[in-house]
Amino acid sequence: MLAGIRTRDLRKVYTSPPPMAAGGGFVPRRKNKNQPAREIVALDGLSLDVTGGEIFGLLGPNGAGKSTTVGILTTRVRPTSGQTWIGDYDVWAQQVEVKRLIGVVAQRPNLDFSLTAREILLFHGAYFGIDSRTRTARATELLDRFKLSDRADQLVRGFSGGMMQRLSIARAMMHDPQVLFLDEPSAGLDPQTRLLLWEIIREYNQSGKTILLTTHNMEEADALCQRLAIIDHGRNIALGTPAELKASVPGGFLLRLRFGTHSSSLLEQLKTLAGVREVRRHTDSENGADVYADRGGPLVSEIANLAATTSVELSDVHISEPSLENLFLHHTGRSLRE
Amino acid sequence: MNWKTFLALLWRDARVARRNFVPLLLQTFLQPMMFVFIFGRVMVSSGYMPAAYKSLLLPGIMAISMIFTGVWAVAMPLIAEFQFTHEIEDRLLAPIENDWIAIEKVLFGAAQAVVAGLAVIPAAWLLLRPGVDLHLQSPLLFVGVTLLVAFFSACGGLALGCSISQTQIGLMFSMVLTPMIFFGCTYYPWSALANFPILQKVVLINPLVYASEGLRGTLVPQFPHLPIVAVLVALLVFDALFLMVGLRQFRHKAVT
Repeated sequence: MLAGIRTRDLRKVYTSPPPMAAGGGFVPRRKNKNQPAREIVALDGLSLDVTGGEIFGLLGPNGAGKSTTVGILTTRVRPTSGQTWIGDYDVWAQQVEVKRLIGVVAQRPNLDFSLTAREILLFHGAYFGIDSRTRTARATELLDRFKLSDRADQLVRGFSGGMMQRLSIARAMMHDPQVLFLDEPSAGLDPQTRLLLWEIIREYNQSGKTILLTTHNMEEADALCQRLAIIDHGRNIALGTPAELKASVPGGFLLRLRFGTHSSSLLEQLKTLAGVREVRRHTDSENGADVYADRGGPLVSEIANLAATTSVELSDVHISEPSLENLFLHHTGRSLRE
Repeated sequence: MNWKTFLALLWRDARVARRNFVPLLLQTFLQPMMFVFIFGRVMVSSGYMPAAYKSLLLPGIMAISMIFTGVWAVAMPLIAEFQFTHEIEDRLLAPIENDWIAIEKVLFGAAQAVVAGLAVIPAAWLLLRPGVDLHLQSPLLFVGVTLLVAFFSACGGLALGCSISQTQIGLMFSMVLTPMIFFGCTYYPWSALANFPILQKVVLINPLVYASEGLRGTLVPQFPHLPIVAVLVALLVFDALFLMVGLRQFRHKAVT
C-alpha cells in the first residue's frame, strides 16, 4: 500500500513565541496594526499533494513554515485551519492510525538520553508492537547500516551530533513506516555521511515508501527529490521536478550586478542585450539589479561596456549557473541563504 | 488504548529507574532518615521530645517520602524531556493517544511513591526502635489511603512538571514543596494547630495534611487525627483535581 500526503489550505497562526515542535525561527509578520504584535503567521493556506512512493522536498529559507508543516503532518502541531491526510487517515481526527504509518526525524536531536543506542531502537520497536525477535534483528541491522555498531551499547549522551542524527534516522526507520518525514536530515553531517544518508533514503524509497524531507540545501533537494515545493512565508510559491523548476527560471543564468549609482536608463538598455530575458532592480538596495539570461560570462563585457557608455560604474558582478537558488531568488527577490 | 505500547512505555521507565537505582535510593531516603534520626532518636533520647513522638513522627515521614518521590519521579523527567532533551517526542509519536503517555508517567510515579512509602516504615522502625507503637487496625484502609496519596503525588508531579520551566525548579521546591511539608501536619498532628485557629483552617487546602492525617489515622490511631472519611473524600478530590489539571497541562505541552 502506498500512502500519500495531502494538505488543503493549511493555516497556522502562532499567538505565542514559536514552539518547540515547530523548530522555531520564524520571521514575524504583522498583517495590520490592530493585531497583537506577537501573532505569527507560519502557514498561510498551504496545499500540497505528495503521491505515495515519491521523495518530495519542501525547500525554503528558515522561517518559511517547513517545520510547522511537518509538525502538523506528524500530529505535533494543531493547525489553525485546513485539513491534512496521510494515506486515507485524517491527521487530526485519527492520530493513532496516522502515528502508526509515519516515522519522523525532527530537526533537533530528541534521543532518549537515559538509554543506549540499541535500547533506543528496541524500545521504539516495542512502542510499535514489534515482537522481540524481529526488533532485535532489525535494531542490529540498522545499527550496522548506519555505522553505529561499535557504540551500540553506550548511552547516547556522549554521542557526537552526527552520530545522534544517524541514530535518529535509524530510529525513525525502525518500525518500517510507510511515510518518512525528515526535517533537515543532513544538517550537521559531514559530506561522507551525507552521501551515506542519501543512499539510504533512496533505497528506502525504492521499497515503496513515501518520503517528505525539508531542506534549505539546494544540492540535497536537487540530488534526492523527485518533486519539490518551494515555500516562503507559509505559502507554496513553486512546485515541480527539480529540472522543471530550474527550467522555469528565465534563461537559467543569473547575473547579480551592483552599480556605483542608480540609472533607470541603464536598466532599460540592459534588457536589449542579446540573451537577456529579464532585468529586475534589487528591492533591498537602489543600485543593484538581477539580470536573468541564457548565457553568463560572455554577457559581462557587454554589460560593462553599456555601463561605461552611460557613465555608471559597475562595482560588482556575480554569475550563477542555472540552480534552485536562482529559482528561489526569481520567485521571492531574496536569496535562500539570507 | 493500545496495551502493547502502554506496557512498553512502562518497561522503558522501569529500565531507566533500574539504571538510576542508587541515586534514586539516596534521593528518596537520605533526608527523611536524617530527620527520623535527629528528631526521633537524638531529641527523644536526650529528653527534649517525649518518647511517644517517635510513633507520631513515622506516618508524617512516610507521607513526606511518598509525596516527594511521586512529585520528583514525574515532574523532573517531564521538565527535562519537554524542555531540554526533547526525548518525549519519540513517545508522543508512539501509536497511542497522548493522554495515555501522561497516565503511564503517573502510574509509574505512583508505584515509585508506594515503594518509597512502604520502605520508609521498616527503615524508620529500625532507626527508632524500641518504642515505635504501630497499630494497623484496618490493612485495607491503610492500602487505600496509601494508594490515594501515591496517586495524587504523581498527578501533582504531572501538573507541576508540565507547568514550570527549567529555571523554576528551585522555586518549585522552595515555594511549593517546602511550605507543603511544613504546613502539611507531617511533624505534628492537625489538632496541634488548635492554638492557631486561622492557620488550622488555611492548612486544609494543603493536600499533604490529608496524607499525613490519613496515614496517622490508619497506622497510629491512638493519636488525634482527622476523621478517616473526611480524609478519603479529600484525597479523592485532590486526585481528580490534579489529574485533570495535569492532563490539561500535558496536552498543552504535547501539541502546539
